[in-house]
Amino acid sequence: MTDWLQSVLETAGPQARRLLPLWRFMLVVSVLVFALVIGMLLWAVCRRRRAEPPSERGMTRTIIGATALTVLILFVFLVLDFTVGRALARPPRPGPVVSITGHQWWWEIEYDDSLPQRRVRTANEVHVPVGQPVVFRLRSADVIHSFWVPSLGGKMDQIPGRENRLWLQADTPGVYGGPCAEFCGHQHAKMALVVVAEPPEKFARWYEAQLAPAVAPTDSSAARGQRVFVEGRCATCHAVEGTPAGSNIGPVLTHLASRLTLGAGALPNTRGNLAAWILDPQTLKPGAKMPPNELSPADLHALLDYLGTLR
Amino acid sequence: MTDTVATPIEPPARVPTDAELRELERTWGDRPGLRGWLATTDHKRVAARYLVTAFVFFLLAGFASVLMRLQLARPEQTFVGPDLYNQLFTVHGTAMLFLFAAPVMFAMGTYLVPLMIGARCVAYPRLNAYGYYVYLLGGVVLWGALLANTGPDVGWTAYVPLAGPDYSPGHRADVWQVVVTYTEVASLAGAVVLIATIFKLRAPGMTLNRMPLFVWTMLVMAFIVIFAMPWVATGSTIFLGMDRLVATQYFNPAEGGDVLLWQHVFWFFGHPEVYLILLPALGMVSSIVTTFTRRPVFGYPAMVLAAVATGILSFGLWVHHMFAVGLPQLAASFFTAASTMIAVPTGIQIFCWIATIASGRPRLRVPLGFVLGFVFIFVLGGLTGVMVASVPFDLQAHDTYFVVAHFHYTILGGVAFPVFAALHYWFPKLTGRMPNERLGWWTFWLLFIGVNAAFFPMHFLGLEGMPRRVYTYLAATGWGDLNLLATVGAFVMTAGVLVFLVNVAWSLRAGAPAGENPWDADTLEWSTSSPPPPYNFAVLPVVEGRSALWDRSGRAPIVTGLRSDMREQLVTTALDARPSYRHLMPNPSLWPLAAAAGTGLLLFLLIFTPWGIVIGGIATGLAILGWAWPTRRHEAEELRREREAA
Repeated sequence: MTDWLQSVLETAGPQARRLLPLWRFMLVVSVLVFALVIGMLLWAVCRRRRAEPPSERGMTRTIIGATALTVLILFVFLVLDFTVGRALARPPRPGPVVSITGHQWWWEIEYDDSLPQRRVRTANEVHVPVGQPVVFRLRSADVIHSFWVPSLGGKMDQIPGRENRLWLQADTPGVYGGPCAEFCGHQHAKMALVVVAEPPEKFARWYEAQLAPAVAPTDSSAARGQRVFVEGRCATCHAVEGTPAGSNIGPVLTHLASRLTLGAGALPNTRGNLAAWILDPQTLKPGAKMPPNELSPADLHALLDYLGTLR
Repeated sequence: MTDTVATPIEPPARVPTDAELRELERTWGDRPGLRGWLATTDHKRVAARYLVTAFVFFLLAGFASVLMRLQLARPEQTFVGPDLYNQLFTVHGTAMLFLFAAPVMFAMGTYLVPLMIGARCVAYPRLNAYGYYVYLLGGVVLWGALLANTGPDVGWTAYVPLAGPDYSPGHRADVWQVVVTYTEVASLAGAVVLIATIFKLRAPGMTLNRMPLFVWTMLVMAFIVIFAMPWVATGSTIFLGMDRLVATQYFNPAEGGDVLLWQHVFWFFGHPEVYLILLPALGMVSSIVTTFTRRPVFGYPAMVLAAVATGILSFGLWVHHMFAVGLPQLAASFFTAASTMIAVPTGIQIFCWIATIASGRPRLRVPLGFVLGFVFIFVLGGLTGVMVASVPFDLQAHDTYFVVAHFHYTILGGVAFPVFAALHYWFPKLTGRMPNERLGWWTFWLLFIGVNAAFFPMHFLGLEGMPRRVYTYLAATGWGDLNLLATVGAFVMTAGVLVFLVNVAWSLRAGAPAGENPWDADTLEWSTSSPPPPYNFAVLPVVEGRSALWDRSGRAPIVTGLRSDMREQLVTTALDARPSYRHLMPNPSLWPLAAAAGTGLLLFLLIFTPWGIVIGGIATGLAILGWAWPTRRHEAEELRREREAA
C-alpha cells in the first residue's frame, strides 16, 4: 500500500497534469500579491514619521491602481481557468466505460459492454489501461459520495438519483489511491478506491480473468471453505460467480484474492488481515455493515483457503 | 494603562443635575433582584450576556477541535472513534458558525450600535431580549445533546440524504435541524432590531454618510441575515424537518425529490453567512484603525460601497460550494467569475486601511496588533479563496484539507482576530478597566503562531490527498508529521485563548480604571462613562461630523426636551437623522423570556414530534399575547402627574 500515489501534485494523467501550470501560476502570483500587501502594510506601520505623509491624491491613485491590478489579475485567472476547464471537459477519443456506484462504505464497479456476459463486476479496485481515456459513470446507491483520484484528476460527486460522468486517463502504470471525498457517514474515513493502471495487454488479460467465474476448489480444505461460504452467513450478502452465492448487498468476491486491499482500502489484502476482517470487521472498520463472524478455527482456515483460490 | 491620557471632551453645554441623573437611573435601570435580572431589556446587559454566552460556546467548540486534533495527531489512533469524531466535527462547525461567529457579531452590534449612534436603547428592546434567550436555549440544546451522545453527526452542512430519515435514524440530525432554527430565529430578531435602531434612532446630525463604518457594516450584516437566513430556515425546518418528521419526500429521488435541492438552499444561505460574519469584523477593524492611527479611515465612501457591494455579491456565489456536483460548464464559469469578483471590494477595503495607517500616526497597541495579524491571515485565506474559485483547481481541492485550511484562514483571520482585537479595544468601555497590555501581546503572538502552525500545513495535506472529515488515516499515507504539527499549533492557540481568559480575570480586578475615552477614539460610545449608565448618555449628543468626537466643536449642540422620568427616545429620519418625534420605549418585561421559552419548547419538541408546533405554538402565542397586551400604565401616570400639578 505504501507505493500508492495519491497527490494533486504528483500527476500521472493529462487532467491532473493540465492543472499544474494553472496551479503554479496562481501560486506564484498569490505569493507576489501576498508579499506586496504585507510589505505595504509593514511599510505603513514602520514608515519614518518625520517624512511627509503620503498625499491624499497619491493614495487615491495608488488604491485605484492596486484595485485595477487586482481586477486584471483576477481576469487573467479567469481566462486561464476557463481554458483549462474547457480543455478537460471531453475525452479526446473513446475508451472503456466503467460504472462506479458508491455504497456506505465501498465501491461497486461494473465495466460497460454491449454484451451482458462481457461485463466485469468487481468492487473497490478498478483497473484501467494506460494511455486510454476511461469514462466513469458515477452513481450512488445510498448517500452522496465523491469519486476522486488526485493523481489522475479532479473529483466528481456520486449523487443518488443522478448520474455524473468524468473521464480520466493514466499515462504511467501504477497504483493510484482514490479516497471518498464527500462525507458519507460513519466510515467515510475508510472508504478508498484503488485504481490500478496497467499496459493495455496486461489490462486485457486482467479483464478476461475477471470475466471468468470462480474456479471450483480442488483441494478438500478449499472445498470445505466453499461450503462454509455458501451455506454460512457469507452468502447472505456476498456473491461469488459460479457458485450459488449471488447476493448483491456487499461487494462481489469472485476474484477477491486478486485485489490489493480489504474493506475498501482499509487494510492490505493478506491472509492474516482477511482472517481478522472476517472475524471482527467492527474493530478494523467500526460501523461497517459487515457483522462479526464466529467460526471454528478449522472452518476459518478452510474459508481462508477457499477465498485464497478466488484469483 | 498609565500611558494613555484621555483627552478631555468639551463639557456639554448643559450639565445635568444629580437629581436628573438619579431620575434617569430610576427610569432606565432594572429592578433589583432575580426578576429584574431576567426581565431586563437594557441592550448593554442583554449584549453582555450574548457576548459571554457566545464566548463560552467558542471555548467549548474550541475544546471539541482540540479533541479532534489529538485524534489526528498520529495515524490510526483510537483516542476518539468515528462515532464521537463525527459528532465532534459537526458540533464544532455548527457551534463556531451558528453559536459563536454570528452571535458574537450581534452581541457587539447590540452593545455598541446604540452607543455609537447616540441612542438610549435599541429599537424593540424586548425583541432583542427574546432573541438572546432563544439563542441561549439553542446552544444549551446542542451541547446538551452532545453530552447525551445525541450530538449531530452529519456535518455542519447536513447534506441529504445522509441527514435524511433513511440514513440518519435517531435524533442526531433532528438536533442539528432545530439548533439551526433556534439561531435563525435569534438572528432574525437581532437583525430587525439592528436595522430599526440604525435607521431610526441615530442622534440628530448623524446623517447616513456620517455613520461610523462599524455601524454601516452592522447594517449590511443585518440585511444579509434577513435575506439569507430564511433560506436555511426553509431548508432545515420545512424541507428536512418535514422529511424527517412527517415523511414528506423533498429530498427523495425515488419519489421525485432531489437531493441537490438541499445544497442549493443551504448554500444560498451558507455563502452569505460567511460574509455576514466577516463584514461586522471589518467594521471593527475600521474602528480600531481609526483610533490607533488618529485619523478617520481613508476613503470612507469606497469603504461603505465595498461593504454594500460585498453584501450584494455574497448572494451570487453559492454554487462555488457545489462545483463537484456535475454542473454545466457555463454555470460553473458564471460562479467562478462571481467568486473571484468578490475579492475586489475586499481588496479595496484592505488598501484603504493600509493607506490610513500610512498617512496616520499609528500607535502599536494590542488591538492594532490583532488588526495587523488579521490582514496577514485573512489575505492568505483570501488568496487561497481565489484559487478554489477556479473550477479545475477546486475539483482537486474541494472537500480536502486544502479547503479546511482555506476557510480557517478566512474565518480565524477574518472573524477571530478582529473579534479579539475588538475585545481588547472595547474592554475598557464594557468593564471600566484597561486590559493588560503585556498579556494581550502574549495572546496575540500565541494565536498568530498557533493559527499558522495549525492551518498552514493543512494546505499540503489537502494537496497530498487528505479528505476532510476523516477520523483517522493510514500510516502509509505519510500524513502523520504534518498532522502532528497541526495538533501542536492547536495547542499553541489554546494557550493563547487561556492567556486571554487570564487577562480578562486579572484586568477585571486589577486593571487601571479606564475613564471615558482611554484610547482617544472618535466615536460616541467613548463620550459616556465606562461602563455606560443604563441610560447611555446623560446628555444626548448632536453629531457634527463623521468623527463624532474629533469633529465636535467647542460648544456642541445637544438634544433637550426628552423626559427623564419615562423611557423616551428620540426618533430621527432614516437618511438625514432629523428629529421627528419622541418615542416611548417599553419597560422591562418577563414576557420575552416567556415567549422564548415557548419557542424553545416548540423547537425542542420538534426533535421528537411534529406536535411540537402545536404545543410550542400555543405557548409562544400566549406569551406574545401577554407581551403585546395593551397597558395604560403611562396614561395613568400622566393623569396622576397632571392632577398633582393641578
